[in-house]
Amino acid sequence: MELTGRAIHPGAGRGPLLALSEPLSFWGGVDPEAGTVADPRHPDYGKALTGRVLVMERTIGSSSSSAIMLELLRLGTAPAAIVVGRPDAILSLGVLVAEELGYPTIPCLETGRAAARRLAAHSGRLAEVRDGRLRVVGEPSPG
Amino acid sequence: MRLSSEETAMLQGEAGPAAQLAMRIVTRMADVLGAADLVEIGSAHIDGCLYHGDGGVEFAQRLVELGGATAVPATLNVGALDLLHPKRVRTGERRRKKALRQMKAYETLGCRPTWTCAPYQAGHRPRLGEHVAWGESNAVAFANSVLGARTNRYGDFMDICCALTARAPRTGLHLDERRHATAVVDLAEIAPALKTRDVFFPVLGAWLGRAAGDRVPAIAGLPDTATEDQLKALGASAASSGAVGLFHVEGVTPEAPDLATALGGKPPETVLRPSPQALREVRDALSTISSGPIHAVAVGSPHFSLREFADLDALLPSAPFAVPFYACTGRHEHQRLQADNRLSRLQDAGVQVVVDTCVVVTPVLPPEGGVLMTNSGKFAHYAPANTGYGVVYGSLEDCVASAKRGHVVRDEALWS
Repeated sequence: MELTGRAIHPGAGRGPLLALSEPLSFWGGVDPEAGTVADPRHPDYGKALTGRVLVMERTIGSSSSSAIMLELLRLGTAPAAIVVGRPDAILSLGVLVAEELGYPTIPCLETGRAAARRLAAHSGRLAEVRDGRLRVVGEPSPG
Repeated sequence: MRLSSEETAMLQGEAGPAAQLAMRIVTRMADVLGAADLVEIGSAHIDGCLYHGDGGVEFAQRLVELGGATAVPATLNVGALDLLHPKRVRTGERRRKKALRQMKAYETLGCRPTWTCAPYQAGHRPRLGEHVAWGESNAVAFANSVLGARTNRYGDFMDICCALTARAPRTGLHLDERRHATAVVDLAEIAPALKTRDVFFPVLGAWLGRAAGDRVPAIAGLPDTATEDQLKALGASAASSGAVGLFHVEGVTPEAPDLATALGGKPPETVLRPSPQALREVRDALSTISSGPIHAVAVGSPHFSLREFADLDALLPSAPFAVPFYACTGRHEHQRLQADNRLSRLQDAGVQVVVDTCVVVTPVLPPEGGVLMTNSGKFAHYAPANTGYGVVYGSLEDCVASAKRGHVVRDEALWS
């Protein structure tokens, strides 16, 4: 499985693919210190985002989510890459500010919504984002 | 992307290094969003002053060190501290210092220390059609929908970059065609009596946030008596359960004198007709419990207006509350409450007025935890994750009645 999108933020990142089953507001929904989904009502509550290739068909919620993205990068708890279905000016802004401040950054890839939806079937497999491309490289993990 | 000569000069550093950094971010984001050029903005509302971690402090201080100054009037959203009641926020010394440093940095950049998520009720009211750059999702929904100003949802950092450059990417809700409704929400099935009640609006908002998706909704069938506070509650709830940045209400909001105008003369992509059952389910989903003891009540998200304080004032009991009762508001309203002695009456009745911040963004609620009751869709949405409290949603009347007894009292008749 390989797809080409638009690199919103350049770079390379690799990790298990995690497709969120519902949209998530990072502010109020992500604990930056733990790097996990912190909204108890979200179906992916408790899941680790750190080191994952995080796929979100669309992004919702508070505009403070940029600040949570920045904290994830500052603390080293960020996903390995962000993959979004639609142009996203909130999370990628957090990545851009991290770059201005000299923190490590991660790639952000926009794939279109249909492609982002299809990626859900590959949750748990090892994936790699590089130069505007996403490749699913691993087998499904057991469980 | 097309840039004017002034914008190019800014990008090259001729307006100073802070404006250069800000313009670099504005143009990069314009590129992400596919904007052809930038719009000049008339004002900004800055959400970036709330402490979420040291990164936000570092960014604000970087702009200060680079000599940054706002190029348009800018108001400030809530910070993590109640500066008028320093003991109200329970936080360690390190976090308090960082939060204060961040708030002060934004003041140094030239922003007005309004510290409110309802700047539109503190005198910051852009005119119909004016381009602005606002942060804070409820403020964005209000500016677009109720005032007819034009803003996208600008995240922390982008808001101050727009204020420093007086520019925003010309995209999204800045464009005529993107402001037209693409979905109609027909409320014909909902009982007229319910549609006049304050408690209805956060529920409609929570439903709308989920149902509208990325579409701009036009609501038909709300009474034209809908108040500014009701629309504020609707927008705040819709913006927290979904990504609604603009909604129209037929016959009420300025870009929707009638449905055809709101739709830009085109047929809607979809017509949604929420049933009473669907709204009741959304109302139930705003709570994590529905009965039993409560441990605190909080109102004022978005910040309570003077009119909302008048409603609360009229309900105040003679006997003390059984649990702490918090009302969050801006210092502009606080000042006016003080001026007409209403503040002392509220305090005597046991209402703790929280200023400059609110109970879901910083630790104010008793540390023992428990169940929080609220009349705010936004508090109901964010309280469980941000405070660890369970939550129960009810009307202002329900909140006061429950605070008196110490357990959930709700008027279920409206929803049956």
